[in-house]
Amino acid sequence: MLVAIVEHKIDVKAVRAHVSSSEFGAILLFEGVARDNFEGKPVGRLEYEAYAPMAEAVMREIGEECLERWPGLSLGIVHRTGTVEIGEPSLVIAVGSPHRPECYEANRYILEEIKVRLPVWKKEVYEDGASWKANS
Amino acid sequence: MLSAFMLSVTVRYFARLRELRGLASEEVAIDQKTTADDLYLTLFPDQGTDRLRVGYAINKSMVPGNTELRAGDEIAFIPPVGGG
Repeated sequence: MLVAIVEHKIDVKAVRAHVSSSEFGAILLFEGVARDNFEGKPVGRLEYEAYAPMAEAVMREIGEECLERWPGLSLGIVHRTGTVEIGEPSLVIAVGSPHRPECYEANRYILEEIKVRLPVWKKEVYEDGASWKANS
Repeated sequence: MLSAFMLSVTVRYFARLRELRGLASEEVAIDQKTTADDLYLTLFPDQGTDRLRVGYAINKSMVPGNTELRAGDEIAFIPPVGGG
């Protein structure tokens, strides 16, 4: 299992390579990407902050829960911190699996748990200010 | 000066709380039997109505607000998260 908080652009290909195997028939990649607006208000960029050592521990915990439910998967979870420009990924979740169905379920499970449990914070930066945005 | 009856903990701040405090972390001397809730209210007396939305992690595990701090603990105040 690959889990990491990184301060640079996420190397999506490297995350994909980490979960690939000749025994697998499916690889599913999810990218959370910085969007240029919040309810119509233009967003210039995002700033992410993490409690990195705890965040990596939480990612690993979520990954282990996932492997208990769907054994045999290969997982890669990477979240970025610092400035993320519009269109760049802030989060990549890669799941490699012998078969397709558990790939989707596991990827979705990891994403939803991350949204609730990961000690990471997001600030939207506008032309005229900035705001911390919590997941609802 | 740390008296014999006090203990020292590391406090970490993130996001809005880091900006309010103007610091990412600091060492704080507290009385014995101080809970996570007590410490939060001492450090952020004006944020009381918000405290139900702030969680506590001691040594990187989430804990309830009535958890007592021990010497050398690292406590982080966890405002509502926004990862993804």
